[in-house]
Amino acid sequence: MTFDSVEHMVTEATDLEHSARIGATMAGEPNQTGEIPGGPAKMASRNLQVRYGDKQALYDVSLDIPVNEVTAFIGPSGCGKSTYLRCLNRMNDNIDICHVDGSVTLDGREIYAKDQDVVQLRTRIGMVFQKPNPFPKSIFDNVAYGPRIHGIARDREELNGIVLGSLERAGLLDEVRDRLDAPGIGLSGGQQQRLCIARAIAVRPEVILMDEPCSALDPIATERIEELIMELKAQYTIIMVTHSMQQARRVSDKTAFFHLGHLVEHGATSEVFENPQDDRTKDYVTGRIG
Amino acid sequence: MAVLIAASSVAILTTVGIVLSLIFESIQFFRQIPFTDFVFGLHWSPQTAIREDQVGASGAFGAIPLLVGTLLISAIALCVSGPVGLMAAIYLGEYASRRFRATVKPILEALAGIPTVVYGFFAAIVVAPMLRNSGEAIGLEVSSESALAAGLVMGIMTIPFVSSISDDAITAVPESLKEAALGLGSTRSEAIRNVILPAALPGIAGGLLLAASRVIGETMIVVMAAGLAAKLTLNPFEAVTTVTVQIVTLLTGDQEFDSPKTLAAFALGLMLFVVTLALNVTALRIVKAYREQYD
Amino acid sequence: MTEISETQSRVAARLARRHAGEKRFKLLSLGAVWVGLVFLGVLLFTVIGSGHTAFLQTKILLNVTLEETDLGEAGEGGQAQAIAGANYNGVIKRTLRAVFPEARSRSDKRALYRLVSVGAAYEIREAMMEHENPVGTPVAVWVTASDDVDLIIKGTVPRTAPADQRHLSDQQMNWIESLEKTETVKARFNTTFFTSGDSREPELAGVLGGAMGSLYAILVCLAISFPLGVMSAVYLECFAPKNRLTEFIEVNINNLAAVPSIVFGLLGLAIFLNAFMLPRSAPLVGGMVLSLLTLPTIIIAGRAAIKSVPPSVREAALALGASPVQAVFHHVLPLAMPGILTGTIIGTAGALGETAPLLMIGMVAFIVDVPTSVVDPSTVLPVQIFLWSDIPEKAFVERTSAAILVLLSFVCLLNLFAVYLRKRFETRW
Repeated sequence: MTFDSVEHMVTEATDLEHSARIGATMAGEPNQTGEIPGGPAKMASRNLQVRYGDKQALYDVSLDIPVNEVTAFIGPSGCGKSTYLRCLNRMNDNIDICHVDGSVTLDGREIYAKDQDVVQLRTRIGMVFQKPNPFPKSIFDNVAYGPRIHGIARDREELNGIVLGSLERAGLLDEVRDRLDAPGIGLSGGQQQRLCIARAIAVRPEVILMDEPCSALDPIATERIEELIMELKAQYTIIMVTHSMQQARRVSDKTAFFHLGHLVEHGATSEVFENPQDDRTKDYVTGRIG
Repeated sequence: MAVLIAASSVAILTTVGIVLSLIFESIQFFRQIPFTDFVFGLHWSPQTAIREDQVGASGAFGAIPLLVGTLLISAIALCVSGPVGLMAAIYLGEYASRRFRATVKPILEALAGIPTVVYGFFAAIVVAPMLRNSGEAIGLEVSSESALAAGLVMGIMTIPFVSSISDDAITAVPESLKEAALGLGSTRSEAIRNVILPAALPGIAGGLLLAASRVIGETMIVVMAAGLAAKLTLNPFEAVTTVTVQIVTLLTGDQEFDSPKTLAAFALGLMLFVVTLALNVTALRIVKAYREQYD
Repeated sequence: MTEISETQSRVAARLARRHAGEKRFKLLSLGAVWVGLVFLGVLLFTVIGSGHTAFLQTKILLNVTLEETDLGEAGEGGQAQAIAGANYNGVIKRTLRAVFPEARSRSDKRALYRLVSVGAAYEIREAMMEHENPVGTPVAVWVTASDDVDLIIKGTVPRTAPADQRHLSDQQMNWIESLEKTETVKARFNTTFFTSGDSREPELAGVLGGAMGSLYAILVCLAISFPLGVMSAVYLECFAPKNRLTEFIEVNINNLAAVPSIVFGLLGLAIFLNAFMLPRSAPLVGGMVLSLLTLPTIIIAGRAAIKSVPPSVREAALALGASPVQAVFHHVLPLAMPGILTGTIIGTAGALGETAPLLMIGMVAFIVDVPTSVVDPSTVLPVQIFLWSDIPEKAFVERTSAAILVLLSFVCLLNLFAVYLRKRFETRW
């Protein structure tokens, strides 16, 4: 996300702050506790506030993310869903003017705690970005990058195992087996994105964050990634931002709807889409706003 | 409109003027001194050529010692400005707070605005004696005019140049690559060293070539601090002389225009022009190709 | 799960070392910034430290009485000419002898006379010529002390220094001290430094000659390069067809900007001096060489400034019926002017500090007279610095530093002006 778009969305958020506040109080029980009925929570946030300079981007977001499921964040662009996602692995730390208040936990431990090591946190929470961004290195070196810097592999053989295993799990191994030394940038867009997924899981994370992972891909490549996400959830907790409602419906188990910096509604995907409690959710999922 | 076109052609005329005047005088020079003697000669002592009876025959015009001296000083300068400029760009671009950057960047850039004669004075009055004294303290013989003094000061002078080009090259690396590295749990320095710098390398290399061409053509610092002795040495503690120093020495003071001594200056100038031009053209090509790669 | 905990323990095992590496790298890069800052600091500190004393000049108060016998021949100019032609060297000597009658021997007398500068005679002459009726009445004149006395009074050379280092004998030191007791020797603001040209005597040397040479050269440079640069920029940015030739011009300009300045000096020597037979050492030729040097800078800055004016401005003018040339000159160019001026000023600041090419065209001679036109032989400020820096005399070292301060403040002022222009007229489209 570029800085400009952040600023843009923040302006919108401030303008409509008042009306949004009222909406939040009306949203009812689940918003106060943030709990989603279902499996145990892998990650959870309580009263998370994010400001860029003096512009507020997120208001009081409390949400539980269940383990080994796919949770999708939907909402119109500039609603804060990407900002929220980037709070979960503290990517926002890199932005000088960004201030985060409130709490985010991983397995019950506060990730914004002073003694939390960001480097270690990010080995547990991997991230896949909007645009495929392989390093200008070979396919092998792309996947091996994480294990190498973290010292995960004891020897060359173990590293090979991790790289091939990750490529396999990302469903890319068969396509690149005989050209592991070729540059990663030479792959097609969909392959590049699967390479990035392989690169992320090579570090053996527990949670994978995906920021609109298919928005730069064609429909066929998108389908492959979606299949892959559904396979991966058996092993990882997956949180994805998407602005395709269809994709959220196809892929996710739980859905959270963001609007103007507020978490408006969340729950089982079918519930949110078929029986939305909030008028704004209804308007959005039926395509009246967006 | 014709006036506008004429104005634009002045730039071309300048180049043509440079090339023609250099070539014309150099040809006259090479009529008296064989080309191979000039390019491969190991001995430079133009003073002896003044003798009336054998003009040009006995003067030694071997440019190799000058070339070696120039390269030695340039290498020292680039050893300073390369790493320091690059690291300074990294700190200002990746670590510094906004306020620190806003104050420090213009101050660093001021280094580039100081006239070179001031650097030359500083090199001769402060740096050279300092090197000499500290050399004496550890039992090293450092000449009072040394390649090291001139090279160090020249390196400092080109820091802002290298750092602004490195900065351009680093910011041209897409933010998404940095995010990918950080998202995988790299520390900042790991992201910079493993991902950003390799990606920015062509741009930085192009920048260093531009810096090299600037350093090779720099005159005042070496005139004031490097010395006149055309010694063929790679010892940075000794006085060496450079192409530009010899051009200045040959052409200041009165002498008749057609003696090989004055003509030699033009041959040296031609050499300087060709080398820096080649460096520039290559550097600009590399930088351009690199920018297009990420556009 | 065990795979994950094994991974995490391996990651954790290396964390401390990696964070230490991170810290080292950050410190190293911060160190690089400081290398630059410290060097700049030391440079300024040295120059100011050794140069500020040159802004003071020691003067000695003499009560001079002009006798009838000192006067020169009256001739047609009458009394005035007689005063102008008086033997002022003799007057000074007599006055000094009167102050210190104990100087009897020839060598003592010579030592005594050496307390004042050789320029003192001219100062007294000037004072006498301004006086209504100088003959017979004592006139108090502050005359310039010699450089050795100057250095002692200002404390540049310590009084305890051995005689050969301070260049003054013990007796001379005694004389100086007795002058101090009567408060007839004093360091005052050094006007000579700003009002005279070069001199062999440090206490009489000034930067005005170099500064005026610089001024003339810069004026010539601007008069040539500004119009040429703006016109080239306008042509290349607004009218030039995209073809091989314009592409060639572009490449050419970029390369010209990186040609070593000394090569421009060679061009000036071969073409302006030898082919066109223009005068050597003249600011005219210096300015011409500098204009070729700054031309690429101005063209590049000019094109950038013109490019930043949105095409809608030009299109609007065209739509209202302006011709393409009118649209550019009446509407686009005025909007681009601040940018062009900024680039021009920065180029000028660079040209002001340029030394090497001017050595090639002979602006490196010892010239006492302050130039009064662009064809008078002269040096420029940076060349003056270069010339003085070669002289080992201590008094010249401080003057070199002071001249650097003068040059740096000009360069600094120009750059600040450029920053001001940029801030003042900064427009965001």
